[in-house]
Amino acid sequence: MNEHLLELRGISKSFSGVEVLHEVSFTLHPGEVHALLGENGAGKSTLVKIITGVHQPDKGEILLGGEPVHFSDARDSRQAGIAAIYQELSLFPDLDVAENIFAGRQPVTLGGRVDWRKLYAEAGKLLDSLGVKLDLKQKARTLSIAQQQMVEIARAFSINAQILIMDEPTSSLTLHEVDDLFRLVRRLRAEGTAIIFISHRLEELLALADRVTVLRDGSYVATHPMKEVTRFGLIRMMVGRTITDLFPKQDVTPGEVVLKVENLTRAGSFYKVSFELRRGEILGLAGLVGAGRTNVARAIFGVELPTAGRIQVEGREVRITSPQQAIELGLAYVPEDRQLHGLIPAMHITSNISLPMLAHYARMGWLRDTRERKSAYEAACQMDVRANSIWQLARELSGGNQQKVVLAKWLSTQPRILILDEPTRGIDVGTKAALHALMSKLAAEGIAILMISSELPEILGMSDRVIVMREGRVTGAFSRAEATQEKIISAATQDVATIGITL
Amino acid sequence: MTQTPETQSASLIKEFAPRRSFLADFQRWEWLLVLLIVVVIVANTRLSPHFLDARNISRTSSDFMELGLMMLPMAFIIITTASVDLSVASNLGMCASFMGWLFMHGVNIWVAALAALALGTLAGFLNGNLVARLKLSPLVVTLGTYAFYRGVAYVLLGDQAARGYPKAFTYIGQGRIPGTLIPFSVALFVVLAIIFGLILHRTIFGRYTFSIGNNENATLYSGVPVARVKIILFTVSGFMAALAGLVLAARFGSTRPDIGTGLELAVITAAVLGGVDINGGRGTIVGTVLSLLLIGLMRFGMGLLNIQGQVQGIVIGLLLILSILLPNIAQQISSARGVRINWRSALISLGILAVFVLFFLFFFWSRAPVIAGG
Repeated sequence: MNEHLLELRGISKSFSGVEVLHEVSFTLHPGEVHALLGENGAGKSTLVKIITGVHQPDKGEILLGGEPVHFSDARDSRQAGIAAIYQELSLFPDLDVAENIFAGRQPVTLGGRVDWRKLYAEAGKLLDSLGVKLDLKQKARTLSIAQQQMVEIARAFSINAQILIMDEPTSSLTLHEVDDLFRLVRRLRAEGTAIIFISHRLEELLALADRVTVLRDGSYVATHPMKEVTRFGLIRMMVGRTITDLFPKQDVTPGEVVLKVENLTRAGSFYKVSFELRRGEILGLAGLVGAGRTNVARAIFGVELPTAGRIQVEGREVRITSPQQAIELGLAYVPEDRQLHGLIPAMHITSNISLPMLAHYARMGWLRDTRERKSAYEAACQMDVRANSIWQLARELSGGNQQKVVLAKWLSTQPRILILDEPTRGIDVGTKAALHALMSKLAAEGIAILMISSELPEILGMSDRVIVMREGRVTGAFSRAEATQEKIISAATQDVATIGITL
Repeated sequence: MTQTPETQSASLIKEFAPRRSFLADFQRWEWLLVLLIVVVIVANTRLSPHFLDARNISRTSSDFMELGLMMLPMAFIIITTASVDLSVASNLGMCASFMGWLFMHGVNIWVAALAALALGTLAGFLNGNLVARLKLSPLVVTLGTYAFYRGVAYVLLGDQAARGYPKAFTYIGQGRIPGTLIPFSVALFVVLAIIFGLILHRTIFGRYTFSIGNNENATLYSGVPVARVKIILFTVSGFMAALAGLVLAARFGSTRPDIGTGLELAVITAAVLGGVDINGGRGTIVGTVLSLLLIGLMRFGMGLLNIQGQVQGIVIGLLLILSILLPNIAQQISSARGVRINWRSALISLGILAVFVLFFLFFFWSRAPVIAGG
């Protein structure tokens, strides 16, 4: 029986004594989109790395087209027709689209020089066959993330991949870009390509995938046709229990205005942004990626200086020119990019948590270990950070735990205004629910929260009020009762043609 | 990008973790340096009867103190910026020359010395401002001031030498702590090394140093005055270069404008050999002090054996390459369970090194009778 294009049997894998995969089995048919689902740390990434030969299994076997195979590195698997597109895209920023597609495998003339004419001709043909419109001579660094993905997919197809693995491809795409990606994925499926699709967004998987395999804590849980499962069924399989309330927003009567932004402008990124944020309120800031939401947050936090407009914190007009000053005013900012702006991955949990408050744990610049350690420990416990000890390095934690460390860091500054930028991106369902519960609790305690999010269910579920930005301007404001998915999308994407989402 | 497998700790942090011991900070690298130092001492004691002579050691030790004084802030700069201050030796030359020039024009030597310290500090502050405020690369900035400061030294002194410093001043470079064999400059270095070590490992400033070196953006977002930290570092580096200039001028008893030329590379070598990660974010003062000790002992031992200075340089250079290569290979091997080690490039590097070593041995062997005076 050769209906399995790829089959994994009883795969186990340990790293330094810790078993991360236990007897996992998995099958893939030609022409299907197979979702791989599990919380962070469930072993999805390790499984992918075993399929692509980056890691070798300790136990179990891999069959490709019915034949046992052994990949000793990623090159082997690529030659066997398996291509993977990871979350971190890996294009050469200074090469153009066509060069990237054929990087390392450029067609060569007899004289040993690169055959540029052939390179561009073949790249053009390939993109046409995929139905992707891109300028072949555009440098990769100027492409949007969605466009970069298209190039990676094209690259995968230039080596005749039969199996395409996509690890969270949609986490930083706008709604329209996701649509385009799905169109492409369906087209590939129709041509017989098997696709392993990893995503935390259940709605997407329900819409796109044919079958789903769920992993939990490194073990295989089940494989089902997508038609036979529900959203809650999937969540139950992933977390091993039922999460009843995904968005546990408590009702709070908002207090006085603590942050008032008037006509805030930073030429080139956002214009005349005005809003008010009240004590105990969660204000959702929705919009497409690139609408200027993060820039507004950075301007309020003193990282990017606004060119015009006014900011009032607790009734006082302020000019915030550095994060230091923002922290002193009672602001905290949990940034969008954990690795780059939120954490110091090579330092341990304690140092990460205590960093903004070091002055409080010191006398005349001299660190008092005990106080620092105690506060960091309490903050970590309060956030329920899962780690061996508070001396574990931040980079060794899973994404959800890293986010908890970042939150613990900012909550230890006892902020009165908390700006959360994509607080649950790339985080598993269980942790997500915990973070939502925490947000609700913080709001109830009187903290004013500005939540930037690209996930509509999160915006709709958590916000007391929603404002929407498009192209650097506020284009809509809704109360919790008024806000609907349709209204937000329409405010975020009015006049789609002018934004240029065409790929 | 290699990712460490996520640690599957289903449990939350239960226990109040104990305070980490100092030995945990004392990384493996420092122990390797201690081992090398022991090897060098044992080997040299067997090769030369003069090696363990206290007077000899006392006299030689002060040769390395200028290097040591500049190495301390250099360690901070490498950790923070993953780059180096190339201008330290030129700054040293400028300050020593400035002091000599003032002295020749009749200024009191102590006033001149204070003025030189102020000049060096100012020069460091200039470096720091260019790096932190204008966001220029430290390498480029200090490459510029490297030429500039040395040029000022030549403009001040031309082809003359300033000499005739009073005894009270040359004591800084030549004198000993009364009643002991310990040179004053060594005592000065030890005190400063302790101060720098405590600052790096026990204060907020030191923590900022490490966290900027590991992730400057996240540190900035956490409200740390990143620019100010950098300016302070380069300013201190300038001050220490000037201080080293005074010590060196006092040791020589004179100042020529080329004083200390080329020392910056020795300073960087000592810091990197001491385990300061050239990619930033890691390093200890203990390691750099050990590495200074190792370099000093090796040079001293080879000097006693009448090995030429250039050959000594080759040995130190090889040691540096090995010190970077070995931990990398060791790390590859230890982290390579299942992952293929890049044996080929490792072997190639080792092969090239072996060629160097053979060449050096051949050279040494053929010249040994001459060098050894036989």
